[in-house]
Amino acid sequence: MAAVHTGSIATTPTTARRHSLQRRGPPALRGWITLDPLFRKVCAAFGLSIVSLLGFVVYELLRGSSASLARFGASFVFDRIWDPVAEKFGAATFVYGTAVTSVIALLIAVPLGIGIAIFLVEMAPRAVREVAGFLVELLAAIPSIVYGLWGLFVLAPIVRDGLAPVLRTTLGFLPLFTGPSYGLGMLTAGLILAVMVLPFIAAVSRDVLSAVPQMQREGSLALGATKWETIWHVVLPYGRAGISGAVILALGRALGETMAVTMVIGNSPQIVASLFAPGYTMSSVIANEYSEASGQLYLSSLTELGLLLFVVTFAVNGVARLLIWRMSRGAEGSRA
Amino acid sequence: MKMRASHLTVRYGAKVAIKDVSIDIHANQVLALIGPSGCGKSTFLRSLNRMNDTVPGVSVTGQVQLDGEPIYGPEVDAVLVRRRVGMVFQKSNPFPKSIFENVAYGLRVGGLRERGAVADRVEQALRHAALWDEVKDRLHESGLGLSGGQQQRLCIARALAVEPEVLLMDEPASALDPIATAKVEELVSDLRDQLTIVIVTHNMQQAARVSQRTGFFYMGKLVEVGETTQIFTRPKERETEDYITGRFG
Repeated sequence: MAAVHTGSIATTPTTARRHSLQRRGPPALRGWITLDPLFRKVCAAFGLSIVSLLGFVVYELLRGSSASLARFGASFVFDRIWDPVAEKFGAATFVYGTAVTSVIALLIAVPLGIGIAIFLVEMAPRAVREVAGFLVELLAAIPSIVYGLWGLFVLAPIVRDGLAPVLRTTLGFLPLFTGPSYGLGMLTAGLILAVMVLPFIAAVSRDVLSAVPQMQREGSLALGATKWETIWHVVLPYGRAGISGAVILALGRALGETMAVTMVIGNSPQIVASLFAPGYTMSSVIANEYSEASGQLYLSSLTELGLLLFVVTFAVNGVARLLIWRMSRGAEGSRA
Repeated sequence: MKMRASHLTVRYGAKVAIKDVSIDIHANQVLALIGPSGCGKSTFLRSLNRMNDTVPGVSVTGQVQLDGEPIYGPEVDAVLVRRRVGMVFQKSNPFPKSIFENVAYGLRVGGLRERGAVADRVEQALRHAALWDEVKDRLHESGLGLSGGQQQRLCIARALAVEPEVLLMDEPASALDPIATAKVEELVSDLRDQLTIVIVTHNMQQAARVSQRTGFFYMGKLVEVGETTQIFTRPKERETEDYITGRFG
């Protein structure tokens, strides 16, 4: 048997074992359906779907807000009056609320988040680093509504009975910390946002700091720098662009966050100096009023708020991407 | 005698990197450490300025003395050790700062604030590192824009600026082309008047060219140390002879 088998191989002409260079497939389809170009086209279509989706969103926002755009023009952004009955719509109070809550959030979350990242990368023992890193990322996975409920039932009373009185007595000379606090207001919203964006800043900064070459740290330590000096003068500057990207990514998220903020900000369209006072944000007013908006101009104005929010978050995220991209390019440059 | 290591053993976790190494480092001489990859010569070098402290899981037993003073001990500040024992690494690692700031950094963290004094010391260090003429017109450009050899000399200048008494060099020319290597070697020979140098190299010709004394490491142990000419012409140990004649490594 074995002899016959080997014999048959030996007699097979070697050329017959080579496959043809002709395209495979049914003859009728040959030439216009071939797998590689088809695959390329399908993937290109998937890729383009993102762009067209984005284009569609912009188109719809523009179409939806055309009535409001035509009626109010640029004054929409600066006008404080939001009066559905009189059909006068201005976004200033919402822009203010969004800006103030986001600024509060960043003022708290940026130092805290970078501090967490420094601790995790530069100081924590391995076990602590992994557990704490996991917990930080878990913060990002908590649904918005849960943050909102926690803010409503836990944080708001703390702000009303604990934080606000303390701030009033210590920093009450600033207009920011005057007047009564009912728990629901811009300060509470800012605090909730701080907790919500903290994991973004901490996790991205941690990755950025981890990417700083160990040789940079050793170079600094070898010159007689302390750990603190090394972190402050070498590690953080090296990761500056990436950390800025993390902060701006967090800002983008703070600007757009709706549910938790809506539950604790008090939903009152006004511009007052005190952070204890209730406010209103762009996303909150859309969430609250869209379903019951009557009249074309009312709907159109809410849509224009959406457009405004879209443009701002788009720009903010664009800047963040640019910074992170520059950071990664810079790191390559220094490796070369 | 500038430094003395006695019965130095370094472990990374359970792995013994160097075992019971004792060696004297003479003042104003260049000591070359040679040996095959992984023989522990870099580990030994890094234990002379407590650079191994930054590696997790490291443990050091034995002692190293600097001018008779122990550098390992509960009362010793590793930062102060490193101000007196500087280091240049295998791969140049300039900070992403200007050429000037790269050199000024060590001075600033060392407490020198006065602008004129900083500028003087930066110039002096760059001259010592034979880099001044090449960079004097672009001191405020990024150190990363320099060529590989210039970057390494910038790192040497940075280390010299803080005026260490001992300079540790971990294969400082291994990533450089022959011309840049020659410049670094020349520099090492010139610097001997001012400080003590310990240089790790896998290039035996380089060790023969720049050093007065040579130590041969093999499998974590210091096999032999002596006058460079003696090590290369009449080694006492069989392993040393096999290594320098190219029978292994």
